[in-house]
Amino acid sequence: MLVPAFNRRNDPFAIMRSMMRDFDRLSPTRLAQPVFPAVNVWQGEEAVAITAELPGVDPEAIDISVKDNVLTIAGQRTVPETPENARWHRNERTYGRFSRAIRLPFAASDDKVEARMSNGVLRIVVGRPEEDKPRKIEIKAA
Amino acid sequence: MTTDVTKTTEKTPVEAPETTTGGRIYRPLADIVETPDAVTLMLEMPGVGAEDVDVTLEKRVLTIRGKVHPAQPEKLQLVYAEYGEGDYERSFTMSDDFDADKISASVSNGVLTVTLPRAVEAKPKKIAVTTA
Repeated sequence: MLVPAFNRRNDPFAIMRSMMRDFDRLSPTRLAQPVFPAVNVWQGEEAVAITAELPGVDPEAIDISVKDNVLTIAGQRTVPETPENARWHRNERTYGRFSRAIRLPFAASDDKVEARMSNGVLRIVVGRPEEDKPRKIEIKAA
Repeated sequence: MTTDVTKTTEKTPVEAPETTTGGRIYRPLADIVETPDAVTLMLEMPGVGAEDVDVTLEKRVLTIRGKVHPAQPEKLQLVYAEYGEGDYERSFTMSDDFDADKISASVSNGVLTVTLPRAVEAKPKKIAVTTA
């Protein structure tokens, strides 16, 4: 990093500013794109449940798949249709494709996964397979 | 998988006043679109059904409230949380020219759409200026 010497004389903050500029250039501006959707995970003896808030997403447009112990939620949020002469005052919501993979505590089989959507809240229940459940071991009398 | 802390889309809680029940209130994200005949607001309120929405227009202030019924799966415990559940509330100051009786609202997939048609008499009237 080259620091021009002439700046130092009249402005003590010039070096710092030029360093900050270099840092900015190095780091992509939108490094931390927030992940969508946010999920809550619930666990119990018999199952694991995942809830996610997907407002404005049509249940038809959501794709849920399970492979071993990874559950993937993918889909698309579409921009609402507006008349041509419409003027936007605010645009706080975001649109576009999304995909999120969640690691489950066990490998799930497809037939044990149930998904339901109501009022924009997705609820996926993954049943725990029999072979994963703890087995109770009887103690035999000697 | 990485060890980085995942940053998820966040919900903004409403600042003061608190609720008596201790529950949190969130500020729903909004898209607002204006056409010559109406203003349409689209607010994200996941978990809110049509019967739990309350829209009022009083003294030019449009207040939108949504009540959430928390989705707690039976027999399961929350082990990891990225979002909180709570009611929604947000108000907007509108220009005077909306007819409170004509406001329509609908809920679809957790998005509330409120349409405020402009009052007929409030549609822009052109005033001719004459020279004296």
